[in-house]
Amino acid sequence: MTRTKTERRIFTLGVILSFVFGTATISNAMHIMEGYLPLNYCIIWGAICIPFLVAGFFSIKKTISKHRKTLLILVMVGAYAFVLSALKIPSVTGSSSHPTGTGLGAILFGPSAMAIIGIIVLLFQAILLAHGGLTTLGANTFSMAIAGPFVSYAVYKICRKMNVSKSVGVFFAACLGDLFTYCVTAVQLAMAHPSEVGGFTASLIEFLGIFAITQIPLAIIEGLVAVVVMLGLESYAKPELTELGYMGV
Amino acid sequence: MTKNAKIVIALLFLVVVIAVTPLLLIHDSEFGGADGAAEEIITAINPNYVAWADPILEPPGGETESLLFCLQAGLGASVFGFGFGYLVARKKYKKKDDN
Repeated sequence: MTRTKTERRIFTLGVILSFVFGTATISNAMHIMEGYLPLNYCIIWGAICIPFLVAGFFSIKKTISKHRKTLLILVMVGAYAFVLSALKIPSVTGSSSHPTGTGLGAILFGPSAMAIIGIIVLLFQAILLAHGGLTTLGANTFSMAIAGPFVSYAVYKICRKMNVSKSVGVFFAACLGDLFTYCVTAVQLAMAHPSEVGGFTASLIEFLGIFAITQIPLAIIEGLVAVVVMLGLESYAKPELTELGYMGV
Repeated sequence: MTKNAKIVIALLFLVVVIAVTPLLLIHDSEFGGADGAAEEIITAINPNYVAWADPILEPPGGETESLLFCLQAGLGASVFGFGFGYLVARKKYKKKDDN
């Protein structure tokens, strides 16, 4: 990926900002009062997101300028994430959760582009729906818009390397990206709220029990829906998918 | 029916089955959000923990909240459907021009 000079500068700035905020708060951690510990984590996770968001911004900018006609697909992929993250589906644990919808876009547009799409969805939900939150935006962006999409992207690439068919690859990519998002959420919560007995591990098991187990059937649903959408796009948006490097590879 | 159409219908059927099964198997649950369950765990781990920030706009009740979630899904679905409609029509009329 070639970047212009200004783009490189802004990206570097993002990385520096990330480190400055990230390390500054870590070293301050001991001085933060009891009730404010999570603020610490809010800032760290937010800081970690910055470089990804910057890279995502340029990735989308590049896609739009170089592959103008794929803009419609990008918008559709964003709308897809919007729909899926609004659907709270019942699960085997007796709780409900919602899919993320970010895996599909990651396969087509690369994982960093989804950081931007994901944060838009999260902002909408945090501001209007009291779902998620502005203080936890960083942590949620990291799990849903960065960690999940990167796993989806990697899983898809690995599947293709192993000569697995496209549809099966899409299924595993979307499914595992979705599941991983909620595993990251559990880790984030366990880090911020270690149990008095058993510490981080005990908390992690508790949180994984809620988030990961609830998510398993939903992750399968997300995988299946992603395959359906991709089949549709394969038959109606061949030129765009070819331009994005999805077809024929 | 084409092969793809059959696969799509089968997959969507499977989606519905996976979503409905918990409702049929578990009767003593309201299927509350997993985030609410996490809140309970945090309180159990650290009873003194007080959430230090509140949502800026909290829907007054379940009805308003479901309205907003519907709007989100509706907006997304209309954009998505518009895109797909465009693509399908493009393919259809391109073929006619070629003939």
